Amino acid sequence: MRVALFATCLVDTVAPQVAMATARLLERLGHEVVVPPGQACCGQMHVNTGYRREAVPIVANHVRAFAGAEVIVSPSGSCVASIHHQQAMVLRRAGEEQLAAEAEALAERTYELSQFLVDVLGVTDVGAYYPHRVTYHPTCHSLRLLRVGDRPLQLLRAVRGLELVELPAAEQCCGFGGTFSIKNSDTSTAMLTDKMANILSTHAEVCTAGDASCLMHIGGGLSRLRSGTRTVHLAEILASTEDAVSPHQTTRPAISAETAEVPA
Amino acid sequence: MTTAPERTGPTPLAPGAPRSGTTFLGLPTAPRGVGHLRGDRPFPDAARDALRDGQLRANLGHATSTIRAKRARVVGEVPDWEALRQAGKALKTATMARLDEHLLELERQVTARGGTVHWARDADEANAIVTRLVQATGTDEVVKVKSMATQEIGLNEALEAAGITPHETDLAELIVQLGDDAPSHILVPAIHKNRAEIREIFLRTMPQFQGPDADRDLPDEPRRLAMAARTHLRERFLRAKVAISGANFAVAETGTLAVVESEGNGRMCLTLPQTLITVMGIEKLVPTWRDLEVFLQLLPRSSTGERMNPYTSMWTGVTPDDGPQEFHLVLLDNGRTAVLADEVGREALHCIRCSACLNVCPVYERTGGHSYGSVYPGPIGAVLSPQLTGVEDNASLPYASSLCGACYDACPVAIDIPSILVHLRAEHVEAQEKLTPEAAAFKALAKAMSNPRLWRLTQRAAGLGRLLARGKPTMPPVLPPPASGWTRSRDLPTPPRETFTQAWAREHGR
Repeated sequence: MRVALFATCLVDTVAPQVAMATARLLERLGHEVVVPPGQACCGQMHVNTGYRREAVPIVANHVRAFAGAEVIVSPSGSCVASIHHQQAMVLRRAGEEQLAAEAEALAERTYELSQFLVDVLGVTDVGAYYPHRVTYHPTCHSLRLLRVGDRPLQLLRAVRGLELVELPAAEQCCGFGGTFSIKNSDTSTAMLTDKMANILSTHAEVCTAGDASCLMHIGGGLSRLRSGTRTVHLAEILASTEDAVSPHQTTRPAISAETAEVPA
Repeated sequence: MTTAPERTGPTPLAPGAPRSGTTFLGLPTAPRGVGHLRGDRPFPDAARDALRDGQLRANLGHATSTIRAKRARVVGEVPDWEALRQAGKALKTATMARLDEHLLELERQVTARGGTVHWARDADEANAIVTRLVQATGTDEVVKVKSMATQEIGLNEALEAAGITPHETDLAELIVQLGDDAPSHILVPAIHKNRAEIREIFLRTMPQFQGPDADRDLPDEPRRLAMAARTHLRERFLRAKVAISGANFAVAETGTLAVVESEGNGRMCLTLPQTLITVMGIEKLVPTWRDLEVFLQLLPRSSTGERMNPYTSMWTGVTPDDGPQEFHLVLLDNGRTAVLADEVGREALHCIRCSACLNVCPVYERTGGHSYGSVYPGPIGAVLSPQLTGVEDNASLPYASSLCGACYDACPVAIDIPSILVHLRAEHVEAQEKLTPEAAAFKALAKAMSNPRLWRLTQRAAGLGRLLARGKPTMPPVLPPPASGWTRSRDLPTPPRETFTQAWAREHGR
């Protein structure tokens, strides 16, 4: 299959390894990957911050950039959710009926990575190898808007060498929420604190998720705590093999499960 | 009989009332200076103080997680919960579409059965009507059933100003009233207090514990605290000539009012006094008896996590020699018609005040209800309060959410709260007359993000941020605002040397 990759503005700019991992994974599974050069942003940040009028040309650019793509895959639950739930609505409100119809048609061919792998390709074992203790945070938009369910967990369970540990209170929001993390910085941090406590209680080396944005938030907090636990996108884990273990992952957990006397 | 008071002047319009994207029909929002729909500080400031209160965090965390688990259990055992939920939504949508007709039918039926209907445009009118009705009975005290509508309009303050003493009889409302506090939850207004704090309030304020000979032996056991409240309240129930209530539902076809509760204190108020005055928001109405079938299943499971609430009281007008012999129904608008005019926001009027959204909200759980400044806190408050007052009077509330969507999933009538929050953010942004720095930044970014060439340049400029990091994996923790809002508690990764699209183009020879 010829797959158009939507990197998302955030991944493209600050976490390119996530998009690269997505491309490598899809190629390894035998698919051709194209990266439409006109892509920028889905418009979600503008819409969710109240700038829905300003989002119109952003969405229009997205629709232009991916016109003609057979299928579009993106390593982000929230951007794909925005493509599914917001783009056409924003265009319609601005009177762009024709473009809204195009956006809707495009949304039907746009998939979040775990959905694409499990539902479209029908694979759960992608041949990955990742010898680490990992916990999974189901990001809110993957969970409640896209309803990806346990697809990411199915994929993780099939990864060789990976020890999957359950995250307590996993379905609680990490507190990112886009501009919420800045406008309501204190509340966001309070939510993050509880999320981090739960992550550290698992003694996982790595916390993974399907959204680079939430991971940047959680990872930024874990890094500030100098906890040693890292955040790694699901795509990076799935792209990792015996021949090419993701270079970022050499850390050990701050407190190892064996030596911990009192669980955090 | 129907009354509508003479108006002394036009209701002051809050700014933001004529909202873009809606047909402005000249509908007034809730007036300023009366009631409890507006806070005196923006949400982030109030939340900052609340977050520092460790005891509050502990009380809220304990209470909300307990209610969440109870709710999940009893909702999970209903095989057709989703169908019930959609039925609730459909009933509310249909009712709102013809609210005017249903309200007139309700008025006809209540009147035909011996009740009196009063129409109150806003909080001031409602307070004036109730005060006048109480004064007409010659009494100087009333007992109250727990009611959000009367909290919304600040009825207690209005009564006190007229020399009338209101006694809250719901246990949690009593705690709040005796503690000179404000409710912080729709269902459990004293959720922010633990039993040690409640014991202290009771000992300090209840007459039975005062005086040199009083027995001040009151342990903080829930049972003993409830017994103290019962002793305190019984005397007032037997003495009261007038009761004031809200309503969970009103059935238009029969003129029947309904209150659901747990304690039985509401039923005492609804049956013992001579006069009953009910203040009800106009959106609480259902057209037919059959509609109650759906809501009486949805409400208790969503609110207290019970299959059925212990007391469901219903009354229709006046029954000779049984219960109150005088019944007044005050129908309250106070901004509701303005909400109804907004195609997206009107869904907020479907709320049946179960508070399930508060209990699942990660923001509410940490900040508590007082941070919202309105009697309607939590997710539903964040969409209801700004609409009732006009969005500019509660401009920070639509942003008081991470848009995690837990509220939408929990809502028994499937109100899409996250979408309304996003809509209200846009209403706020579009109401700004001056260009704010934030708006300028978003406009510039929008320009870049809609032009690939400009976007690549912007990405390259962002990449220069790595010079500040001087080779470290993260940016310096001290960045100027607004980035400081992030870096105060989180590291920011150093931008990479090359974006993904650059690297891809290089690899693929473009």
